Amino acid sequence: MQAYIVRRLLALIPTLFFASVIVFVVVRLIPGDIIDLMLSQNDVSASRMDRQSLEQALGLDQPMHVQYVRWISAILLHGDFGKSLWQSTPVAEHLVARLPITLELGLLAFIVALIVALPIGIYSAVRQDTAGDYIGRSFSILMLAIPNFWLGTIVVVFPAIWWGWSPEVRYVPFTQNPLQNLSQMFLPAIILGTSLSAVTMRLMRTTVLEVLRQDYVRTAWAKGLSERVIVVRHVLKNALIPVVTLIGLQAAILIGGAVIIEQIFVIPGMGLLLLEAVSQRDYPIITGVFLVVGVAVVLINLLVDLSYGLLDPKVRLG
Amino acid sequence: MPLLEVDGLTTRFRTERGVVQAVDNVSFDLEEGETLAIVGESGSGKSVTAMSVLGLIPRPPGEITAGRVMFEGRDLLELSDEEMQEVRGDRIAMIFQEPMSSLNPALTIGLQVGEPLNRHRKMSWTESLKGAVGLLRKVQIPDPASRLQAYPHQFSGGMRQRVMIAMALACQPKLIIADEPTTALDVTVQAQILELLKNLTREFGSAMILITHDLGVVARYADRVCVMYAGRIVESGTAADIYGDPRHPYTLGLMASIPRLDEDTQRRLVPIEGQPPNLAALPPGCSFAPRCRYVTDRCRSERPALEAIAGRHMKACFANVSNRV
Repeated sequence: MQAYIVRRLLALIPTLFFASVIVFVVVRLIPGDIIDLMLSQNDVSASRMDRQSLEQALGLDQPMHVQYVRWISAILLHGDFGKSLWQSTPVAEHLVARLPITLELGLLAFIVALIVALPIGIYSAVRQDTAGDYIGRSFSILMLAIPNFWLGTIVVVFPAIWWGWSPEVRYVPFTQNPLQNLSQMFLPAIILGTSLSAVTMRLMRTTVLEVLRQDYVRTAWAKGLSERVIVVRHVLKNALIPVVTLIGLQAAILIGGAVIIEQIFVIPGMGLLLLEAVSQRDYPIITGVFLVVGVAVVLINLLVDLSYGLLDPKVRLG
Repeated sequence: MPLLEVDGLTTRFRTERGVVQAVDNVSFDLEEGETLAIVGESGSGKSVTAMSVLGLIPRPPGEITAGRVMFEGRDLLELSDEEMQEVRGDRIAMIFQEPMSSLNPALTIGLQVGEPLNRHRKMSWTESLKGAVGLLRKVQIPDPASRLQAYPHQFSGGMRQRVMIAMALACQPKLIIADEPTTALDVTVQAQILELLKNLTREFGSAMILITHDLGVVARYADRVCVMYAGRIVESGTAADIYGDPRHPYTLGLMASIPRLDEDTQRRLVPIEGQPPNLAALPPGCSFAPRCRYVTDRCRSERPALEAIAGRHMKACFANVSNRV
């Protein structure tokens, strides 16, 4: 088991290497140059000299591979992600400030998604083709069809028109005022969570239905077990295996992809940081965000793979 | 009073091709400690009969439309779901055909074998697992205590069927229904499993309904036999009756189609002509008429009732056929 984890962690190295190269190169291929952007904000008639000295100061005059080696060795040797090109503050500082916020939002959304998806999915399967099943399935289709940015916008706009209420714009950290922080996170977490729950619910329903048809469930009925015990003890563990895979993939989406919801609710997480950085072509921040998200995604996938061993005894890890 | 008395049991399934009468007016009874074999080809309704007795017919699409299943003085078809759960696994247990898929792959052997004890005997899990060790020893699984934590995939097919037997015997049921318990196993293992089943049911004083298509099994292990065709019983009697003096053309056909080692002459195996019956479109008369060598006009229009020939030997056929010359 330990050997397996070590092997998986070692396998991270080539994955992250390729990811870092791609991110580093692609970011610099975005049309529009940071130098132009900076100069245009200060002095339209900046000379060629100004331009060169600025490039030099930012380290952008070197060939790309030299920049890459400089960037990656700073990270590996000193844990130094570089400095923001605009604010000359360390990128790591930005990441450390933003990551917990995104993680909190993601975790809350996730809890909402599971609380909604698992019970409804199981109920839908066990009571297949009843009114409850149809309501559950209609709900999930609705949630699949509604884009979460639309729902987010509606939730922000209409209460403001009707009741003059709008979500708090100034972000309050959890450590400062947990209650206010949670109430602030509540709406975006629900919106993100319910849209995630739709797919999970449908998969849960399908796999539970499939497991219910297995011979060993018939065996469980023949033992005289109640429906509740059969579902909880005999069905759930088998039905969760594909669902855990999906949950792992969704977690990856949540960490990197809550961009729009963070923007709508003005939550200063990784998504908002990325959005600002891209519009300003702040390369070190963009690459930093991608690198952190990449590591998180790979780690989550590792956790998912490890959890198979708990659910499915046929999977012998190591 | 017999232990089990099935009277006029009729089970239907609604399918896309119409209503299928899988079990049609089936009656039989079973004394305590007796072994009854239900014989027939695939689709003859023998498994559905067993599942109907235990109330395990999936509803919908299945539906028991008529009959009584009297067991220990109660009609099982009248019981509530909760009352039926008390009967299942405690008074009546079932062993299924597919040992590979009938055990839960995600749960340990110990939990699965101990589960009926925990459910019906209200034992704690510790006690149930202790009970499971004893049961696994009874079915001759070597070193049972160390196998409690094992999972089904670590067992062979024969071993898994032993586990199924241990599970079925857990609460010392009055009746065990074994649905083709050896069909999925190697021939060498089949005999071992049947011997084990026979010995243990005798030891526990359980009656057994043995569902099979293997007439060799019937001769050796059953006291009485019901032969089913297209959802009906066409002949019933003691194993000696059915084996020594089969009187229904279908039973005769079955006998002629199995190889026998105890015959000196070079006998040819005779298959039963024609196709198995389509349950959604049975002929109005005798279901076997289209395949029967002795068919008359009457057979095509009128359905023969199950009537006594001598003692408990019964057949549902107008013709008077026999393999005795």
